[in-house]
Amino acid sequence: MTLFDVITSVIGVLLLVLAFLAINSKSLIKSVLFLSSLSMLAVVSFVIMRAPDVAITEAVIGSGLVTALFVFTLLAAERRETK
Amino acid sequence: MKNLIGLLVSLLLGVLIILTLASSPSFPEFGSVDINDRVAGEYLDNDNVEEVGSGNIVTAIVVGYRGFDTLGEVTVLFISALGIALIFSDKKQKRLDLKFKPNFMLKTGSRIVFGIILITSLYIIFHGHLTPGGGFPGGVMIASAILLLYLADDKFRSNIKGFKVLEGVAGSLFVIIGLLGLVIGTYFLENFIPVGSLGELLSAGIIPIIYMLIGLKVGSEISGIVDNFLTEGESA
Repeated sequence: MTLFDVITSVIGVLLLVLAFLAINSKSLIKSVLFLSSLSMLAVVSFVIMRAPDVAITEAVIGSGLVTALFVFTLLAAERRETK
Repeated sequence: MKNLIGLLVSLLLGVLIILTLASSPSFPEFGSVDINDRVAGEYLDNDNVEEVGSGNIVTAIVVGYRGFDTLGEVTVLFISALGIALIFSDKKQKRLDLKFKPNFMLKTGSRIVFGIILITSLYIIFHGHLTPGGGFPGGVMIASAILLLYLADDKFRSNIKGFKVLEGVAGSLFVIIGLLGLVIGTYFLENFIPVGSLGELLSAGIIPIIYMLIGLKVGSEISGIVDNFLTEGESA
């Protein structure tokens, strides 16, 4: 087991955990933040797999624009209780 | 109980997919692919790289070898932006109300950061043929800078009409450059400008020009989408 294998396995497991947390967390804003950190970790794994172009696109779209748009929408939306 | 069944089904599917792909010859182990067996082998050939003149091989493929596909990609983005504009089209009068009131520090600070993000995005677009990045990420970065201004100032509206003009001009110029290749050379999007020496900023012929146009088009399109999402009609 080389260092490369160890790092990729750790990142893979963390990606799974973050995806699970993003689906299952109770508050929406926490979900968005978990999704953002998932994208950030995906960027790391893309860089390790020597795909810097994909990494830049993922960083800009996944953890930049989409997160900002989600947070913005959550700030503008109102909570309305259902019975 | 329902969750448990879901977990079991997804685990089963995952194991099934991994077992199927592990023995499949089309999914070799990471790093042990013989590139000469693939289509990419031809693109990575040294003579071809010299001919295209782009230091970043991904850009050489996206804009050089597969420029027509990129035109389709830009069209897809245009259609989705058009769809969003159609759905949200109303007499856009005012901004959506935010729950918080931005203060002076936030407004001023965001303007400074806006400049930095814009310069970074322009750098990424201009160096698309040399370093990782290019028109698509750079354009999205421009749009996220605009989104930052929207976030920090609840009265801010960008000049949407200007963006629409920019988008149309950039898209048309892309097609016109492609047609120029057809007129001067032999095929659509032919690289009719001399490529120069590999690795310089002004090299690779039409590739940097096209990536610049793509960057402007993507940036203005997504800024338009952002504006569509964050405004509403007076009566709504």
